[in-house]
Amino acid sequence: MKGPGVVGYLDALYAYPGDEVTVRVSVLDAGGRYRAELVRLLCGETPGLKEEVVPSGISGEHAGELQPVPIGSYAVVEMLPPLGAVELSLLVWPTLPGRGVQALITVGGLRLLIDAAGAAALASGGETISTARPLRSRAWHRIEARYDPATGDAWVRSAPPPGIHDDVAAEASGRFTKPAKPAAPLLFAARRDENGAVVEHFSGKIEAPSLRSGTVAAEWDFARGIGTTAIEDRSPLKLNGRTVNAPKRAVTGSKWDGSVHDWRRDPSHYAAIHFHADDLYDACWKPSLRFRLPAELRSGFYAVRLQASGPPFYVGLIVSPKPGAARAKLAVLASTVTYLAYANYRRRMLPGPFELSMGHLPTADMTDVLLAEHPEYGSSTYDTHRDGFGVGHASTRRPLFNMRPTGRYWNFAMDLCLVDWLEAQGIAYDVISDHEMQARGVDLLAPYRAVMSVSHPEYYSLEMLQAIEAYLGRGGRFMYMGGNGFYWRVSFDPAHPDMIELRRAEDGTRAWAEQPGQYYHSTGEYGGLWRRIGRPPNALMGIGFIAQGFDAGSYYRRTAASRDPRAAFIFSGIEDEIIGDFGSSGGGAAGLEIDCYDAALGSPPHALTVASSENHSQAFLLVNEEILSNTRGVDGTLNSRVKADMVFFETQAGGAVFSTGSIAYVASLAHDDYRNNVSRLTRNVVERFLDPAPFTLPKRQGR
Amino acid sequence: MAASNVDPKRLDLAAEFRARPFGRHSLELQAILDTMRRAENCQNLILVSIAPGRWVLGERQPDFQPPRLFEEEVFTSLEAGEWAAFGRRWRALTGEELKLP
Repeated sequence: MKGPGVVGYLDALYAYPGDEVTVRVSVLDAGGRYRAELVRLLCGETPGLKEEVVPSGISGEHAGELQPVPIGSYAVVEMLPPLGAVELSLLVWPTLPGRGVQALITVGGLRLLIDAAGAAALASGGETISTARPLRSRAWHRIEARYDPATGDAWVRSAPPPGIHDDVAAEASGRFTKPAKPAAPLLFAARRDENGAVVEHFSGKIEAPSLRSGTVAAEWDFARGIGTTAIEDRSPLKLNGRTVNAPKRAVTGSKWDGSVHDWRRDPSHYAAIHFHADDLYDACWKPSLRFRLPAELRSGFYAVRLQASGPPFYVGLIVSPKPGAARAKLAVLASTVTYLAYANYRRRMLPGPFELSMGHLPTADMTDVLLAEHPEYGSSTYDTHRDGFGVGHASTRRPLFNMRPTGRYWNFAMDLCLVDWLEAQGIAYDVISDHEMQARGVDLLAPYRAVMSVSHPEYYSLEMLQAIEAYLGRGGRFMYMGGNGFYWRVSFDPAHPDMIELRRAEDGTRAWAEQPGQYYHSTGEYGGLWRRIGRPPNALMGIGFIAQGFDAGSYYRRTAASRDPRAAFIFSGIEDEIIGDFGSSGGGAAGLEIDCYDAALGSPPHALTVASSENHSQAFLLVNEEILSNTRGVDGTLNSRVKADMVFFETQAGGAVFSTGSIAYVASLAHDDYRNNVSRLTRNVVERFLDPAPFTLPKRQGR
Repeated sequence: MAASNVDPKRLDLAAEFRARPFGRHSLELQAILDTMRRAENCQNLILVSIAPGRWVLGERQPDFQPPRLFEEEVFTSLEAGEWAAFGRRWRALTGEELKLP
């Protein structure tokens, strides 16, 4: 009973036929051997795994090795002039004092640090001079040190800020018997050991570090370079450096007093960097396999399947047509940004009253357990760092444990239901991705007559939203095949192109809350829910997030509006009043996370709500952004707003939108060998949306 | 911490859960489930799939440690695992074994 004996990642989440693909693999098994295959994924483990091996250059057995992960962020200045006696100073806001030795500034063999007891200390070789007074967590302290390598004389001091707490300054001095020579490289928030490994990571904020030595008077100003990896020295020597593993910038500093909330207005309030011992941007694994995708490869969901002991480890990949290549009329838009936001989700494996929101026991499989055994693979944006602050970065440069057809019936694994159904129906389609849409904008969507979302397209950048808006503005047809979509803003930081940034600002259904004063991304964009930023999903898709519950699905009941001639094509051949009272996710097509029509949030007045779900359980609760203060009566047995609305509307340019409003919807498509009313209804919509005949807006008075 | 409202005599509510672990429950059963899921002495259970269609209970651990698995009992459905967890919690909150016909 064990997890996969091998893990890996790719250099990109999508590729084109003919592209060279690089696979980075770490073999956990002692034998160091593994098998690899390229597989096309046609259906997930639930309801039943369907995969086809695609002959490729990686098929077969390979020798591999264990590859370490250099987790933990820090900053480094690689070059320094010759140094003699030095004076160091900085402001520190520790978040885990007393949790191991944490380096603040390392200059060659000299280390200004927080010792294991949580006190400021100066160390040289194996000797340490400590103030012996633990720093207070989440409070600013000035820490200073002096050191003369000629004599070994050393002095260190910590001083709290003025305030009402009982903190007092503390200092210590002494003489090192084996004085180390201060020299490059200089590291902030970590130490590089004699083998080159970076260790003793600091968790917390650092601001305004300085180094003086003879004519050297370096002063690093972290308010400069937000949105980049640069750290700038204001002195004439310009001893600039760079950050590693994406520590959080645009965070409040010692000067922040609540008078500024947008770091661009006064960066001096944001002169700190928040480092974490568990930040990870780049696992930096060596390439293990390189191969070329077949030139005639069909677009679709694929994976590199790695197999050693235990279950296989799937490394998911979207293959889309090359720009300019022949395309199907229909595209499935894989939500790779949402997959990334959920990647390496640890929270459900940690203690807490998780079931109160889920309505059932949390579940995991042995691949998830492997993730729990390896914290160095980083966490998801649903987790918190070890110091309790939310994880706001998610990078593709590490193994991603959720882009697979197995495990939790969610995102990637559930989206394969759509692929399975399209294959069964014989409907030609391409698969494209969020990441490609981020790169290419509406040009990616424009060739398609219709675009389908997958089950849960939750995380969107402004550029992604604009691409869909532009597509609809040109008469495109969009099928929103899920729930809780277009919900959180994410951004792509040019300095970290393989990472998304997320700030869970204001409110929303969220795993953690962004800190006050930090609602603006490092890109300068205001974070949070799109409905709070002025682009509610209702205005785009006709519906928006209203409730969630994870115990059981329910069904839709047709409304009077479903008899409107405008909706006749949707229900062609369907006499049933009840739609989707079956399915492989909780037994109903309306479930998990559901959306509803709301004119106040911008749902188009001419939209038809053709069916609504009902009879949800106590586990389904209104989302808290709908509630101003706590109240009873918010569950699915009592609140009539707890429902998924199925909505259709035409757009001005001859296009249309159809929205299902439920994550579980796609899990009902295959019921009874695809002979069911969800399948029929969906096929009806696909066929009409692929028909070039333009949709026309309904006539109303004055039009 | 709210007092336990799990009455060991209400086997009818246990039977209701066994018959339908997911979905709508009676208000009395829902109150028991809320108590069980909030109770600190039996809160941190998890169901782990050890192979397709095979599940074991586990206990979630603090400090980012992996769950501890109870490998001696294997379930072939989520429902069976939920029922086993219900029985453990019943015992923890009432001090009595849960025995249904």
